[in-house]
Amino acid sequence: MAEHTPLFMIENLHAGIEGKEILRGVNLVIERGEIHALMGPNGSGKSTLAYVIAGHPNYEVYEGRILYKGENVLELPPDERARMGMFLAFQYPTAIPGVTMANFLRLAVNSVRKARYGEDKALTPREFRRLLREKLEMLRMDETFASRYLNEGFSGGEKKRAEILQMAMLEPEFAVLDETDSGLDIDALRTVADGVNQLFNPNMALLVITHYQRILNYIRPHYVHVMLDGKIAISGGPELAEELEEKGYDWVKAQYAEAAS
Amino acid sequence: MATPEVELKRLGSEYAEKYGFRDPEQYVFKARKGLDREVVEQISWIKNEPDWMREFRLKALEYFLRRPMPTWGADLSELNFDEIVYYIKPTERQGSSWDELPEHIRRTFDRLGIPEAERKFLAGVGAQYESEVVYHSLREELKRLGVIFVDMDTAVREYPDLVKQYFGTIVPPNDNKFAALNSAVWSGGSFVYVPEGVRVEVPLQAYFRINAENVGQFERTLIIVEPGAYVHYVEGCTAPIYSAASLHSAVVEIIVKEGARCRYTTIQNWSKNVYNLVTKRAAAYRDATMEWVDGNLGSKVTMKYPAVWLMEPGARGEVLSVAFAGDGQHQDAGGKMVHVAPYTSSQIISKSISKGTGRASYRGLVKVHRGAHHVRANVVCDALLLDEQSRTDTYPYMEIEEEQVSIGHEATVSKVAEEQLFYLQSRGLTEAEAMSMIVNGFIEPITKELPLEYAVELNRLIALEMEGSVG
Repeated sequence: MAEHTPLFMIENLHAGIEGKEILRGVNLVIERGEIHALMGPNGSGKSTLAYVIAGHPNYEVYEGRILYKGENVLELPPDERARMGMFLAFQYPTAIPGVTMANFLRLAVNSVRKARYGEDKALTPREFRRLLREKLEMLRMDETFASRYLNEGFSGGEKKRAEILQMAMLEPEFAVLDETDSGLDIDALRTVADGVNQLFNPNMALLVITHYQRILNYIRPHYVHVMLDGKIAISGGPELAEELEEKGYDWVKAQYAEAAS
Repeated sequence: MATPEVELKRLGSEYAEKYGFRDPEQYVFKARKGLDREVVEQISWIKNEPDWMREFRLKALEYFLRRPMPTWGADLSELNFDEIVYYIKPTERQGSSWDELPEHIRRTFDRLGIPEAERKFLAGVGAQYESEVVYHSLREELKRLGVIFVDMDTAVREYPDLVKQYFGTIVPPNDNKFAALNSAVWSGGSFVYVPEGVRVEVPLQAYFRINAENVGQFERTLIIVEPGAYVHYVEGCTAPIYSAASLHSAVVEIIVKEGARCRYTTIQNWSKNVYNLVTKRAAAYRDATMEWVDGNLGSKVTMKYPAVWLMEPGARGEVLSVAFAGDGQHQDAGGKMVHVAPYTSSQIISKSISKGTGRASYRGLVKVHRGAHHVRANVVCDALLLDEQSRTDTYPYMEIEEEQVSIGHEATVSKVAEEQLFYLQSRGLTEAEAMSMIVNGFIEPITKELPLEYAVELNRLIALEMEGSVG
C-alpha cells in the first residue's frame, strides 16, 4: 500500500533573510479537513514562515523541505504554488493602483482554474461576475468594491476582507491566513471569520497565524502551535490557545526553557 | 485551415484582379536619396500642385537647410539626411505584401490578434477594399453634414481655398527644423473640416480614409473645427508600423474655434529603427477645448510634444501622454501649453515607462503670457521604472509672466515594487503577467480615455513588450 501523503508538511525548515536565520528547524504536518493555529509573540518568525510558504523571493531557505501534496514547493515560484492550490492571505496587502479588483481577480481566478481543473475551465465573463457577486455578498461587501483599485485607499478592515474575498474566489486547498484579525473591529472580525468558516471544507486545510487568541473564538482550530524563536515550541489542542490567553507567552517561554534544559 | 498569411495573399490577389491593383495611371516613382531643390520640385510636379504650394515647399526647404540640428533634446547625431528617400509614390508603398514584412512584426500581428480588416490595411491595398465598405455609409453621412474628410493631397486639389487659408498657419514652416522638413516634402495625411455646430459622433479614423496614403513618412494633417462643432480624430494603429525608412516627421495643425471641441488620439508603435520627430499643435479660441491623447511605443527616438495655444478666454487644453521606452529606445515626449489669453486653463498628464536600457523623458512647457491672468495650469508627470537599469528624466519648463495665475506641478518616479510582483504572483499570475498588470494600472488614467479597442490593444502591446523582460 502506498504511504499516506499529508496535504501539507514542513520538514526541518531553516530559513531567513539577508543571511540572518529566523526559522530554526520548523516541523509541521497538516491534513485535509484540519485547521491549525500558529501563535507566538512578535518576532518569533510567524510571518517569515508565511512568506517562505508562499515563496517570497527575498527569503532564503538554508535547509529543509515544504511538501504540498507530496511535492517540494521550495523550488517553485510563487505563481506556480498558487496555481497548485496554495494561498496566502497577507497581513499587509500591497496596493496596485489603476488595477480594478474585478480585472485582477478575473485573470487570477482563470489562471488558477486553468492550471487546476483544465484549460477549458476558465470562467466566462458572465460566470465570473456571478461568482464574484455571490462572494461579495457572503462577505457583506458592497458591489462597488469590484470596481475599486486593488487595495488602494482601502481601510484596514477592507484590506482584510479583500484578502478573504480573493481566497473565496480562488478556492485554495491550503490557505495561510497571516494575522487576518489584526486591525479588525469586532463586527468586521466576525464577518471575516464567518466567511472563512463558510469557505472551509473537509477537502482543504487552514493555517491561521495570529498573535491573539481572539480570532480563534470564531475560527475554531483543531490544533494550536506556539512558535518561539523560530521553532514550534509547543503544540496542543484548542485549549492551548485559551491557556495562552490567560497566562501569556512568558508562561510558554518558561515552560519551553525548562523543557529544553 | 489557411494561415492568415495565405489568406491575406489570397485577398490581395483577388483585389488585384477585381479592382485593377496595377492601375497603369498610378505609376511608381521613387525619389533619389537626399534632399535638394530638385527633389522638392519633383515631388510638387508629380503631385501636380498649384504654384503656391510649390513655393511653400521651396521656401520651407530653405528654412530646413538653414536651421541647425536641434541639440536640446534626444540624441539625433546618427540621423543622416543624405541617406533618406523623401518621396515614394504611394502605389509602391501600398503594394507591400504580408511577405515583405519582417518576421517579428508578422508574429506580433498574430499574437495581437489584429482585426482582419486592419491586417489587410497594414498589408496593403486589400484593406482599402475592405474598409471602403465600412467607410461608405460613414462617408455618406459625413457628406450630408458637410464634413470634409479626405487625404491632404486631395484637399489641396479639391479644397484649395480652405487649405490655403489655414495650411502652415499653426505650425509655420520655419517653426523648427523638422516642421521645415515636413513642409518641404510632405505627402499624405488627413484634411478634416467640420462645419459650424456639427457634432461628428463617430471617431474619424485615419485608416478608414480611402484613396489615401495612410502611413507616410512626412504626413501632414490639418483639422478645422468651426464654432460649436465637435470631432474626435483617431490616428494610427496600435500594430507595429513597419517602415523601412528611418525618419518619420509629421506635422499636425488643428484650429478649434469658439465653443468647439476637438480630441485627437494617436497610438503609435513604430518599428525600432525609426526617428519619430513630430510637431503637433492646436489653436483653441474662446471657450473651445482641445485634447491630445498621445501614446508612443516603438521607434528608436521619439520627440513629440503636442501643444495647445490658448488664444481667447475660456479656452481649455489637455494633453494625456503615455510613452513606453524599451531597450535602446529614447522617448522624449510631453506637451506644451501656451496661455495667450486670460481665463484659460490647461492640464498635462504624462505617464512614462522605462525598461532595460530604455529612457523616457518628460519634456513640457507651460507658458503664460503677460496679461493672461486667471490662468489655471496643471502638470502631472509620473514615471515608472521597470528595473535597475532603466532611466527617466523630467524637464518641466515654466515661463510665467503673469502673477494672478494658479500653476500646479507634480512629478513622481516609482519603481515596480518587489512586493507588488510577489503579491500578484501569489495569486497565480506569472511574473510577466504581474508586471504588465502593474504597468497597465499605471497608465490606466490614460487608457480609460481611449476608445475601447485601442485601450485593449495598448494593454496587449504592453504585455508583449513585457514578455522576455523578466525571469
